[in-house]
Amino acid sequence: MIEWYPIDTWIVLTGIVCAMGCAVLGNFLVLRRMSMMGDAISHAVLPGLAMAFLITGSRASLTMFVGAAVVGVLTAVFTQWVSHFGNVDRGASMGIVFTTLFAFGLLLIVQAADRVDLDPSCVLYGAIELTPLEILFRWSIAGWEIGVPRAFVVLGTVCLLNVIVVVLFFKEFRLSSFDPALATTLGFNARIMHYVLMTLVAITTVASFEAVGSIIVIAMLVVPAATAHLLTDRLSTMVPLSMVIAGSCAGLGHLSAITLPKWFGFEDTSTSGMMAVVAGALFGMAVLIAPRYGWVARRLALRRASRRLP
Amino acid sequence: MRRAALHLALGLWILLFVVPSLRGAVIHDHTEGIRPLGSLANRPIDWPSRADLLRVALLQDYNTRLVVVSASLLGTACGLIGGFLLLRKRSLMGDTLSHATLPGICLAFMGMVAFGHSGKSMPGLLLGALLSGILGFATVLAIRKVTRVKDDAAMGIVLSVFFGLGVALLGLIQKMPEGSAAGLEAFIYGKTASMVFEDFLVVSSVTVAALLVCVALFKEFRLVCFDEGFASSQGWPVVVLDTIMLGLVTIVTVAGLQAVGLILVIAFLITPAAAARFWTHRLGHLLALGALIGGLSGWMGAAISALLPRLPAGAIIVLVAAILFLVSMFFGSARGVLVRWFRQSRLKRKIGRQHLLRAAYEWLESRVENPDRERVINGPIKMAALVSSRSWSVPELNREIRRAYDDAFVQSFSDGELCLNEAGFLAAARVTRNHRLWELYLIENADIAPNHVDRDADAVEHVLGEPLVNELEKLLPAYRDARRSPMPGSPHPISGGAE
Repeated sequence: MIEWYPIDTWIVLTGIVCAMGCAVLGNFLVLRRMSMMGDAISHAVLPGLAMAFLITGSRASLTMFVGAAVVGVLTAVFTQWVSHFGNVDRGASMGIVFTTLFAFGLLLIVQAADRVDLDPSCVLYGAIELTPLEILFRWSIAGWEIGVPRAFVVLGTVCLLNVIVVVLFFKEFRLSSFDPALATTLGFNARIMHYVLMTLVAITTVASFEAVGSIIVIAMLVVPAATAHLLTDRLSTMVPLSMVIAGSCAGLGHLSAITLPKWFGFEDTSTSGMMAVVAGALFGMAVLIAPRYGWVARRLALRRASRRLP
Repeated sequence: MRRAALHLALGLWILLFVVPSLRGAVIHDHTEGIRPLGSLANRPIDWPSRADLLRVALLQDYNTRLVVVSASLLGTACGLIGGFLLLRKRSLMGDTLSHATLPGICLAFMGMVAFGHSGKSMPGLLLGALLSGILGFATVLAIRKVTRVKDDAAMGIVLSVFFGLGVALLGLIQKMPEGSAAGLEAFIYGKTASMVFEDFLVVSSVTVAALLVCVALFKEFRLVCFDEGFASSQGWPVVVLDTIMLGLVTIVTVAGLQAVGLILVIAFLITPAAAARFWTHRLGHLLALGALIGGLSGWMGAAISALLPRLPAGAIIVLVAAILFLVSMFFGSARGVLVRWFRQSRLKRKIGRQHLLRAAYEWLESRVENPDRERVINGPIKMAALVSSRSWSVPELNREIRRAYDDAFVQSFSDGELCLNEAGFLAAARVTRNHRLWELYLIENADIAPNHVDRDADAVEHVLGEPLVNELEKLLPAYRDARRSPMPGSPHPISGGAE
């Protein structure tokens, strides 16, 4: 009944590497209470895209990528400055910085509207469904010819990079997330770890939304990590768990995007949207039935405790 | 009294803009001709003529008037409510809610189409957006209550999942046979420059409602903002108050969303309130000032965008608000960067001077054979001896001496010798006395070993005010009378300067 083509496999694979790459960083964002950073960066990079275009005059994806990634890192830096020098709440400074940058980007685009064909909404909605169409290279194994999409290669590389950095600096990330002051006294600079993390988040965000749409990034940076946080108390368990959850969000998300709408008489719908919805559903399940922090478990524990009392 | 005046000023602000705008009846549609551009850099800016300036400043065009008035009204309402959000550390709630309205808008559209309507009826879409926004913040509150997930993650989850659902629904709508979702996009992204009278009505009624609710529930909101635990222990329904507050945010967001667009509403809810925070420590003033800054940036941004071609109103308003924020951040009179820097450097100067004076006094004291009976007298002080009394370098010491000389505490300094004047000597004696009183207090009342008290007293001696010294004298009866027993002896050997 499900019509599954090779293209669907590629969509799911691309979704999986993107989701995993985001989720592995998301753990630290959630622990540092900076969950909205993905959303902020994905809005804030607009001037980076516009300027990269205005300077080089080309829409080659590498220049756009660099421009966006630089502004993404700047978003984190400015947020830090405003909250540090101005003594402003971190969330508020994030909001100020990203709305200002977005407005600035919008202004640049409108000013150059004759020459630029940049649609702000294309920044917000990349389309994962279109990724298999752009083949980077072909590969033949045993007579099968496989065209590997560009997005898969890019996002796979980013995911690998994130995993490697997180594994290599796991101790440092863990300590600087839980106790930055202790990390600094122990001799490694928590601020540097913060900016390493922010750079990775910026690169991941830009690479992902350029390829597959920003909603996947925003969702996968927060939801799988928060779900894993409900299931375990150990960071070394939480990180792989969040990656597994993110991967299943990608698979189930695409599956539901091509099956669920049929019940209502539609053909299909956006995979990125459904990935976020599935992530939300998994989070909801974790809220209900997580072994220790779930609602049911807590109610049972409460009842047991109250029965023990005379 | 002052609060009433501020509320009055706010009322006037609204009247000034609402009343003139209601007189207009003729619609002038002025669309700017699009000029070909060479490049961004060498394009001549065509500055508006004086007549244009006057026309916009006096709100003579109906369209300009609508946009300017609606933007400033919306800024006023958002700035006001943003103050509460800022204090609740929920500034990004506007971001969350504005994204969370998407599924409601889509569902409303689909529902209206299913029942045979056009699907783009404004009240229907607004209702859908409102319901879905309410569901969004209810989910945030529920996640916060039921799980151990923190506020920011709860907001991120609601934002992304709701928005994802909206994107999925939008994917369905685009495949609907009736499906021109084009009108829907305009609804979501706003259309500041082409607002109509209905938009103005929505925005102004929302503003007035927000104002009324904030004034009526000012006391309760204040309590919840500053001490949630205390509020609930006093029997206030914190959840209900939170719901009302976030309900207001939702209404304002929804009204603003379709009038001015997503990013503008988010910025309006954060930036003016954060800017106002630099100017005041009082909640009433914060709210009034936030409303004023919001209104001002809405008014200025919309006016600038009407005057100059090719400036999107929403973006300009955000940028004006950001500039006002930056100005406030540096020059704000209560928490601005410059004020805080000035205060800090003044305190540092005072601390350095007091260190110098105490070191000088202790050296003079060590010259006296029997400090219990004889008086310490002012005299020339060896600078070399002072260097070893604290962990400061010679240049640092010289700097402190020069500063103390500038502040008229030092009579002269030359050839490695330093001489305090009368005021300097008295201040030195007072600082040393405060230091030792605190040390004795710590030894007697806090059971701290005599050789550990120096550092604690060192930190606190600079901020000991008159009342606190009196308190200390009361606790340490031996030193009650400063004239009869001028100086307690140091409870520990004084390092450095004594030899």
